[in-house]
Amino acid sequence: MPVRDYIRERFFPHIWCPGCGHGTVMGSMIRAIENLGIKKSDIVVVSGIGCSSRICGYLDFHTLHTIHGRALAFATGVKLSRPELTLIAPMGDGDAFAIGGNHLIHAARRNIDITAIIMNNSIYGMTGGQYSPLTGYGDFATTAPYGNIDRSFDVVKLAMGAGASFVARTTTYHVRSMIKILEKAITHKGFSVVDILSQCPTYFGRKNKLESAVDMLKYYKTHTIPIGSKEKEKNPDLIERGIFVQEKYPEYCAEYDKIIEKASKER
Amino acid sequence: MAKRKRIGMEVALAAAEAVGMCNVDVAAVYPITPQSHIAEHLSELVADGKTDTEYVTVESEHTSMSVCIGASATGARAYTATCSQGLMLMHELLPIASAMRCPIVMSVANRPVNAPLNILSDHSDIMPQRDSGWIVIFSENGQEVVDLTLMAYRIAEDKDIMLPVIIGIDGFILTHMVEPMEFPDQKEIDKFLPPYKPYATLHPDKPLTMGAFAMPDFFPQMMKAKDMALLNSKKTIVKVWDEWERKFGRRYRPVETYRTEGAETILVTMGSMSETAELGVDELRDKGVSVGLVKIRLWRPFPSDELKVAVKDARVLAVMDRAVSPGTGGGPVFTDIKAVFYGEDSRPIIVNYVMGLGGVDVTVGDFVKMGEKAAKAKKEEYEFYGVMG
Ligand code: SF4
Repeated sequence: MPVRDYIRERFFPHIWCPGCGHGTVMGSMIRAIENLGIKKSDIVVVSGIGCSSRICGYLDFHTLHTIHGRALAFATGVKLSRPELTLIAPMGDGDAFAIGGNHLIHAARRNIDITAIIMNNSIYGMTGGQYSPLTGYGDFATTAPYGNIDRSFDVVKLAMGAGASFVARTTTYHVRSMIKILEKAITHKGFSVVDILSQCPTYFGRKNKLESAVDMLKYYKTHTIPIGSKEKEKNPDLIERGIFVQEKYPEYCAEYDKIIEKASKER
Repeated sequence: MAKRKRIGMEVALAAAEAVGMCNVDVAAVYPITPQSHIAEHLSELVADGKTDTEYVTVESEHTSMSVCIGASATGARAYTATCSQGLMLMHELLPIASAMRCPIVMSVANRPVNAPLNILSDHSDIMPQRDSGWIVIFSENGQEVVDLTLMAYRIAEDKDIMLPVIIGIDGFILTHMVEPMEFPDQKEIDKFLPPYKPYATLHPDKPLTMGAFAMPDFFPQMMKAKDMALLNSKKTIVKVWDEWERKFGRRYRPVETYRTEGAETILVTMGSMSETAELGVDELRDKGVSVGLVKIRLWRPFPSDELKVAVKDARVLAVMDRAVSPGTGGGPVFTDIKAVFYGEDSRPIIVNYVMGLGGVDVTVGDFVKMGEKAAKAKKEEYEFYGVMG
């Protein structure tokens, strides 16, 4: 199917700023789903609040636009009642790691079959460029005019620590590998976390002297490397991308069914 | 009275400027549209050393209110701001702040509540907080936001009150408007608002407990004390407003009137729509329709007596609600006003227009239409004004 068939054209033009990375993430999601051949009506996309969450308005799947930080909680409810559906939760920095941080670690711990897509732009875009838990140390934001003194979460390490069974990182520059990674994340049986570095030229770029979206994409090109690359030894600041974890752990809905079966037998 | 320079400023920034003049010890604010400009500007004032405030960057509104309660319990002057979903997330803490008698001040940039998502303006966020035991005051314009914010701690921290205060500032319609306004001098404010002297605080040398488990023998007393304090607060609120009027020349009343003399029909509004309604009343009067306007400034404690006096000769009251109270058969302001007249020998016909939901613009023409319709009312009505279906 052409990309057009996956979007709700009546909601276009979208509200993302020119050069925003979120459109690239959406495009890649669509292509991954097209490649996998999953029926549109078998997919549920759940989002929270923020620039990222607008994706629910544009995508023509079952979509649930919920409240800030709770996308995974809503998605857990959907998944438990209809485990046969494919659940995708695209989230921003706040949804996934600030107000919604608890939901993420517990969803990872349970290993429920949901794909969490972190549209990581290191800033709160919609509310005006405040620093987020993914803003790096020393980076600038409207609320950090002299540089951020908080350290950011490392999405990959945090997801691994919390027990996610699929963990990957990619960027909006590396579209082809993003599509491949999304395909694997969506088909993976268990909780998948995909950290996608997605540029916010309007706030992060402007505050951090990255003049344009193109500069930011170039930054992703020059400052990231595939996992295991030798260059990391020379320059430890380079960010690794690729698939970090792909494990088979018991999946939550399947375990839940087993409990029901066991309890029913004993009655 | 000193003549002051009027300056043009966005109202959200002015709110932050006013907070910056109040010698606040601790501020904890989480960004949310359309409140964020208050948070940003206040953090700027703190960063620039213009106010000696600890600004705590929190990860949610639940935490911002928790921080404020904690700070207030130690005797600090605490401030926060939010709206909509942020206020809903805070909801759990609001009755705690009032029961523990923490005189926190909070600006609420009134915005609708999900779903569907809407970031514009109405009063649906404040209404679920009605019974939380806070004093709630609404503003109509930027100058009022400045004045009411500057007076808020005086009210909250009064020994006879000791309750938290919300200042309602309609989202976007007020927060994002640039308006002319004037500020008192810092010296005048320092005189008007002395340092906070708490009644009881957490202190290592004098251990005490706040908000601890209460059995049925004690719990109801706490609830009664809170309600009595809130009901009685009106006297003191008016006293503080009177003092403000003497010092700065601007008058505030729990219920304010506009061209109500001899008016057969009275429109009742709250918040930013009131100024537009005044123009509607002018137009109606020009047309010969006998209409006046009553504006509710003090939403909690509800000014029942003042309202009765303000509308005593009216045949019809048309209450404009900017929120729905689902399943009640009328908006929240409407139902409260109806209760005021229970037991009165003569009472007006009260009609209710729910309007301006989700940021719908309510124009002068709308008030003219509603006024004309209300003037002909024969019985109680409840209508979603201008909503199809
Ligand atoms: S503010 Fe940033 S994240 Fe939001 S749409 Fe604009 S560029 Fe994208």
